[in-house]
Amino acid sequence: MSSNRPSSESPTKPDSTPRFWNDPDKRALIFQGLIVLALGAFILTVVSNTLHNLEQRGITTGFDFLSVEAGFGILQSLIPYSEADSYGRTFIVGLLNTVLVSFLGIIAATFLGFLIGVGRLSKNWLLAKICAVYVEIFRNIPLLLQIFFWYFAVLRTLPSPRQSFELFGGYLNVRGLYLPAPILEDGFGIVWTALIVGIVATWLFKRWADKKHDESGREYPVGLIALGLIVGLPLLVFFFAGAPVTMDYPALKGFNFRGGVTLIPELIALWLALTIYTAAFIAEIVRGGILAVPHGQLEAASALGLPRGRTLRFIIIPQALRVIIPPLTSQYLNLTKNSSLATAIGYPDLVSVFAGTTLNQTGQAIEVIFMTMAVYLTLSVLTSIFMNWYNSRSALIER
Amino acid sequence: MKYDLQPTLPPPANSTGLIGWLKRNLFSGPLNSLATLAILYFLAISVGPMLKWALIDADWIGDSREACSSGGACWVFITHRIDQFLYGFYPETEYWRIDTTFYIFAACIAWLVIDKTPYKGYVAAFTLFVFPVIGFYLMYGGGFGLDVVETHKWGGLSLTLILAVIGIVAAMPFGVILALGRRSDMPIVRSLSVIYIEFWRGVPLITVLFMASVMLPLFVSEEVSFDKLLRALIGIIMFQSAYMAEVVRGGLQAIPKGQYEAADALGLGYWKSMGFIILPQALKLMIPGIVNTFIALFKDTSLVLIIGLFDLLAIVQAALNDPEWLGYSTEGYIFVALVFWVFCFGMSQYSQGLEKRLQTGHNTR
Repeated sequence: MSSNRPSSESPTKPDSTPRFWNDPDKRALIFQGLIVLALGAFILTVVSNTLHNLEQRGITTGFDFLSVEAGFGILQSLIPYSEADSYGRTFIVGLLNTVLVSFLGIIAATFLGFLIGVGRLSKNWLLAKICAVYVEIFRNIPLLLQIFFWYFAVLRTLPSPRQSFELFGGYLNVRGLYLPAPILEDGFGIVWTALIVGIVATWLFKRWADKKHDESGREYPVGLIALGLIVGLPLLVFFFAGAPVTMDYPALKGFNFRGGVTLIPELIALWLALTIYTAAFIAEIVRGGILAVPHGQLEAASALGLPRGRTLRFIIIPQALRVIIPPLTSQYLNLTKNSSLATAIGYPDLVSVFAGTTLNQTGQAIEVIFMTMAVYLTLSVLTSIFMNWYNSRSALIER
Repeated sequence: MKYDLQPTLPPPANSTGLIGWLKRNLFSGPLNSLATLAILYFLAISVGPMLKWALIDADWIGDSREACSSGGACWVFITHRIDQFLYGFYPETEYWRIDTTFYIFAACIAWLVIDKTPYKGYVAAFTLFVFPVIGFYLMYGGGFGLDVVETHKWGGLSLTLILAVIGIVAAMPFGVILALGRRSDMPIVRSLSVIYIEFWRGVPLITVLFMASVMLPLFVSEEVSFDKLLRALIGIIMFQSAYMAEVVRGGLQAIPKGQYEAADALGLGYWKSMGFIILPQALKLMIPGIVNTFIALFKDTSLVLIIGLFDLLAIVQAALNDPEWLGYSTEGYIFVALVFWVFCFGMSQYSQGLEKRLQTGHNTR
């Protein structure tokens, strides 16, 4: 019980200091000391056991294995990779593949999630109900099952290359999606320059227009001019330069397609499943964020005479985003972590390549799992740093 | 001057009843009408054939793929193997043991969930402390004249439920301790709790399962050997306790400061004020959060297939590769999806209902 309660049994010592085991500070000190000791003993046991077990199995510890030749092929690689490359390079290849599918998934899931979240608030009853049904179906089915469905039940049952479907100007078959790829020729650099000029000019014009607006209240068509500068100018330059781009169309040669870009079915299945699953959660976040803007804000905006478009842009979206962005970032992190399910269908991501094949071949369980976990931990620390920064920034705007 | 009030006219016919509802909700403007028609068309071309395939043209009864001749879904694949999907490789004569365990558990949960049943506290204590012992002896055997059924024979839906329920129940006490640790004044205790929680929350469950299956045997001395199921469970519990700790912390933070101060003013020590004042109130607030983490865990148990355990998804996946039944993957996945969906949707509805109820109780302060 509390240490500084006046004790009725010992009236003879009215201002005695409490005995040391009753002093909260000392007790805390002793307790923490014991915890540190216990933890130390635990770690010591684990380390000595591990060293002993590794010795028994003839595994040497350390990161030397990273420079050893890997000797296995990887289905998809964003950087040049061959079997002669090292285990260290398999780590980079896997990491880049994780980044690729997460990036694609985040873009698509954000887009779909916002559409469905706004759709759920639609005045059209049918649309709102369909969006609600979408959310309830897809967030209540395990992601792994959805990945399996897209991979084994849909993409694996597609026809062979000779009977491919035509899709978006490309071909879809059991080996993947073959899309035409643009090949930039020599004169294309000038188009990039025009794009950069357009962006800088838009930024300068926006600043000038905002200043004028503050001074005189005059409005300039910033949106139209930005469109002209960023899209129109590069397009104009592109055609004047003689359209320096050729398309590389995939063509059937022998038993398979060549040319263009290929999306392997593992990537498509993972991308689809991650997008559809995460979009259900993002939709709920978006809906919650929009509903969190108090109705009085809308009334205040219309009392000020703001038209509907500007109410949306200046009143609703900024306030809704403040609620939406923190949980949205954690959904992005979840999506990235969930992309590790790739290993179940053999998409060569970090876990599948590095914590799978590399671990099995080298037996360096501790180093490999440590490096894999470190990647995800770094990502999650970066995310929480961003969220703290964002929270403190949006808290400043608040009154 | 004298005038009579005219009787109020009824509202126009097209603004009430079914027509009014349709006009307001589906055809309130040209754009809306267009959207409605487009959606109706889309539903007609997609849902209609789907229902025809799944229900009308489907085959339900039989014991080989020859029974599937009508061109629709072949549910024979499911009905023929339903025992395996539910019980895994458990011996057929012992199915009653899983059934009994399940019924006891279902009865306990029903008792706890339904309003106004008496002795909730005793039933909760029974479920948490006595039932696991009964369940263990029923499922595993090795006592009371029951044969031992090795864990590698467990599988199917029963294994999914076992993993999820044990995972959440065993993670609960660790979660409470970690949450208290995170809110403690002692710097070492606090930082250790934060490190533990953030570490497990930062890594994907799959790496945790890999770690549990590959690294755990390295960590212990050679004489100790872990069952594969036990290793998976240890991984799940460590992972889940971090999430549980955050739920508990949320509950603790929702308790008004006055409650802590009142407990201090009564002269209660740390453990008494936590045990009698704070936790009982906080636990009530945590139930929706606990149910939500349970749903997430329930879905995540499907990952154990990667380390070679046969949960519901894994056992269906294995059955799909049976050469006699090739080509029925859609039916298999739809069945698994339906089972998971029923459980998850039911639980999420319960937790949402509870959240609403708890909120009205809490806003009155």
